[in-house]
Amino acid sequence: MLCLMHAKQGIEYMETQVLIIGAGATGTGLARDLALRGIQCIVAEKGDINAGASGSNHGLLHSGARYVSTDPTVTKECREESDILKRFAPHCIENTGGLFVAVEGDDEKYVANFPNLCSKCSIPVRSLDIKDARELEPALSKNLIAAYAVDDATIDPFKLSLENIFQAQQLGTTLLCHNKVVGFKKSGNRIQAAYLRNIKTGDEIIVEAEQVVNAAGVWVGEVAALVGISIDMLYSKGSLLVTDNRLTKRVINRLRRPSDGDILVPGNTVSILGTTSVRIESLNEVHPTIEEVDLIVNEGTTMIPVLETTRYIRAYAGVRPLISAQGEIDDRSVSRGFALLDHVQNGLENFATIPGGKLTTYRFMAEKAADLVCQRLGVSSPCLTKTEPLPFTQAGRWTEPSLGPRQWLDEKNTDGSLLCECEMLSTSVIDSVIKTIQKQNGTLDLKAIGLRSRVGKGPCQGTSCGGRVIGYMYEQGLLDSDLGLTDLREFLCERWTGERPILWGEQIIQAELKEALYCGLSNLEL
Amino acid sequence: MAMSTSKTIECQLTVIGRGMTGMASAFFAANRGISTVQIGITGGTIFASGFLDLMDVHPIEEKKSWRDPWAGIDALIKDSPNHPYARVKKKNIRAAFDEVLSFLKEAGLPYYRREDRNLEMITPLGKIKRTYCVPQTMANGVRALEEKQPCLLVGFRGLNDFSARQIVATMQDKWPDLRAARISFPDTDHVSEIFTGEIMAQALELSDNRKKLIQAVSPHVKNAQAVGMPAIFGMHRSQEISAELEEKIGVPVFEIPTMSVSVPGLRLNDTFASHLSLKGVRLLPQSRVLKVGCESNGRFVLGVGNKTTEYTIRTKGIILASGRFWGRGLYADRRSIREAIFDLPVYQPSDREGWHRQNFLDPRGHPANRAGLEIDDSFRPLDSSGRPAFETLFAAGSILAHQDWMRMKCGSGLAISTAYEAVNAFLKLNG
Repeated sequence: MLCLMHAKQGIEYMETQVLIIGAGATGTGLARDLALRGIQCIVAEKGDINAGASGSNHGLLHSGARYVSTDPTVTKECREESDILKRFAPHCIENTGGLFVAVEGDDEKYVANFPNLCSKCSIPVRSLDIKDARELEPALSKNLIAAYAVDDATIDPFKLSLENIFQAQQLGTTLLCHNKVVGFKKSGNRIQAAYLRNIKTGDEIIVEAEQVVNAAGVWVGEVAALVGISIDMLYSKGSLLVTDNRLTKRVINRLRRPSDGDILVPGNTVSILGTTSVRIESLNEVHPTIEEVDLIVNEGTTMIPVLETTRYIRAYAGVRPLISAQGEIDDRSVSRGFALLDHVQNGLENFATIPGGKLTTYRFMAEKAADLVCQRLGVSSPCLTKTEPLPFTQAGRWTEPSLGPRQWLDEKNTDGSLLCECEMLSTSVIDSVIKTIQKQNGTLDLKAIGLRSRVGKGPCQGTSCGGRVIGYMYEQGLLDSDLGLTDLREFLCERWTGERPILWGEQIIQAELKEALYCGLSNLEL
Repeated sequence: MAMSTSKTIECQLTVIGRGMTGMASAFFAANRGISTVQIGITGGTIFASGFLDLMDVHPIEEKKSWRDPWAGIDALIKDSPNHPYARVKKKNIRAAFDEVLSFLKEAGLPYYRREDRNLEMITPLGKIKRTYCVPQTMANGVRALEEKQPCLLVGFRGLNDFSARQIVATMQDKWPDLRAARISFPDTDHVSEIFTGEIMAQALELSDNRKKLIQAVSPHVKNAQAVGMPAIFGMHRSQEISAELEEKIGVPVFEIPTMSVSVPGLRLNDTFASHLSLKGVRLLPQSRVLKVGCESNGRFVLGVGNKTTEYTIRTKGIILASGRFWGRGLYADRRSIREAIFDLPVYQPSDREGWHRQNFLDPRGHPANRAGLEIDDSFRPLDSSGRPAFETLFAAGSILAHQDWMRMKCGSGLAISTAYEAVNAFLKLNG
């Protein structure tokens, strides 16, 4: 270990070559990239893996086609990066293919121009007969006027980040979850150390680092402000809906300028419909609203009529970190590209920030940041993430819906009773997830378990599994006093923010059962 | 109405609903010699803890709990004159409970209560709950908790709906002499199936399994003066089984409800159902009302079946005991909350934004839970002009507006007392 720890007056000291702030897709990707180049890192994360936009997006691996009309650079990056990821992280990806479809009333000029724009950016595109398109995807509207096939795919962002950080950890990276950067110690034109505070325990850590990379996503501005640097960011909230069944085989994009409710992405056993783009000023209390949900459903229904009557099991919202540019009025037109700020003009030579960017291009962003860090450290090792496969390990395994049932069937004759019937999760799956958390997070709670598995994700949204997993943790001696009830309340309330805006039809019935069991019968609210 | 292929049933009263309110309505009607048909899907009773709540928390935002449920009801009516309890005479609540409890006793499912004082019992989460009465098989638990006796809670490997360790850990400050043991249920060391209380309760109907259970529990008893277990003391003979366990283990034993489908709820459901059938109540199980019509003489004509009309019911009166969303008495689309069978006006917040609060556990409760039917003093739902929608249509239980049974802990009391009033109102109006 290069990270030396020694206790001094109750404050822990650590040393590292590189401190990465943020464990989203970029931060974990950067940790892996640097680890593969033999560089020692500490990753400080104020929440848990993918706590921000990395964990609340569509899970769409863009072919680039969505951006052909607005951003040729991003288009090209998406095309190249999705090819690399399909080759080297296939276990995180489902190569679904995608369609761009227009319906009656859509801008025909835009439709007509689409193939040209695609070929200009070298995006493979194939025109489809309306009849063929509806045969491929029977859920599509009868009012279709155009359809094109592209190379879109889906990606599991949790599995991706969990595998990235897991490999980095195996190569010596230290992950500190729930540790927020609260200050920096500057000396001349260098940051000497960062002050971290554990938001669960209040414990402090001082990390001395040769290089510091700010990969805090929407929070990059807050982090940079700690060294007196101002970064102008725009916060654009996007909300998404999860259906209880998968409605299409492919990614379905509305063939028009990027707008609300125009993409339906399959996510294994479900479909995800989004998004909105709502400018927000504060990062507190980001949640999907009823107004957004209705907008998304209404828009989506034009393209796929069954979206009006299908069952939704939750909604969620993320905040896009967009780089502010003068005179931008429409957040949809702000570049989805990223910048790498080296902060030289701010008088700092060992600090860099990666704001903005997209999930599809996370690897490329990490590579660019790693190149800068290596150059500053005088290390000449090349980037390996575009040639080395991402390992498939236990760490990211249980985010996948099909594995729970398979595991349970395999162990029918051993000691593995079910804790979750929606997603068929047995005690042995939870045991495995708990082991991963003990390595990665440090705080064992339902939220951390849910992030690394399907707990709380099924139609009942934690009604059965919430209480059972807590009971199981008590039985395993992992919980004491009434901490489990505190955790259960937090978990149910977190799930609720995503349930509240979609409570009609079947799901309001489910919500009533949840409240009846936990409040009516068990007094959890008292 | 053309329903030529369906069978026709004539009756005085039709009860729509099979939850606690539906069961109580059919029960009171049958006891009064009213020819009754009951329809509906299996009710929420199967999830019930077995506790019969009357009244505990008011005002809910202050989490004020009432030791004396009757005083709680007084305070509630004073502050919320629209609560259904405001239309029930207190002596009728007592009479309704007396009638139900004496029946349950005769039927082999006795209950324990203290008339003017709520009991306290532990919930599977490890919280204390105040309730009006509990199954007799839980009575020793009430006493053990009251006296904080040295007590053993037994959990079972594989029964994931119940953790004895959780209750012990959660209660440790309040009940330091509580202790947990985890054992295997007889003959289950090698199996790992979906394990429910119901399966275990069925197994304990056999004396051989009880013997093995007693052997497994006894070594853990030590200084314990009472032993608690998840509610698995048989399905039909819980009293006898409980007495046998108590005698052989040597200390008082008691049941604790489990989460999810619960044995005490199933026992209530079964006990009512077999009594109603003996009393001649015609039950059309897993059926829904598919068509509604009215004859000029004021009789209702109902088309009833699962997916297609199987029965035509001609009935003088109807008690709507169809419950809320779970019971399918109410349903919601994106715009409004509707009543499912007669499309009666539903009192509700103006739009979906007002249905639920941002915080699931908001102490004020969710306004959608107070949505429901408004009624007159005869428990008849009102139409949009504020008059009874039909002369002989009554509503009872959780479908009624202006109550939040989940937060006030008044679900069973509401079900039983409003069913009682609705049946009596029918009798009165029907001569």
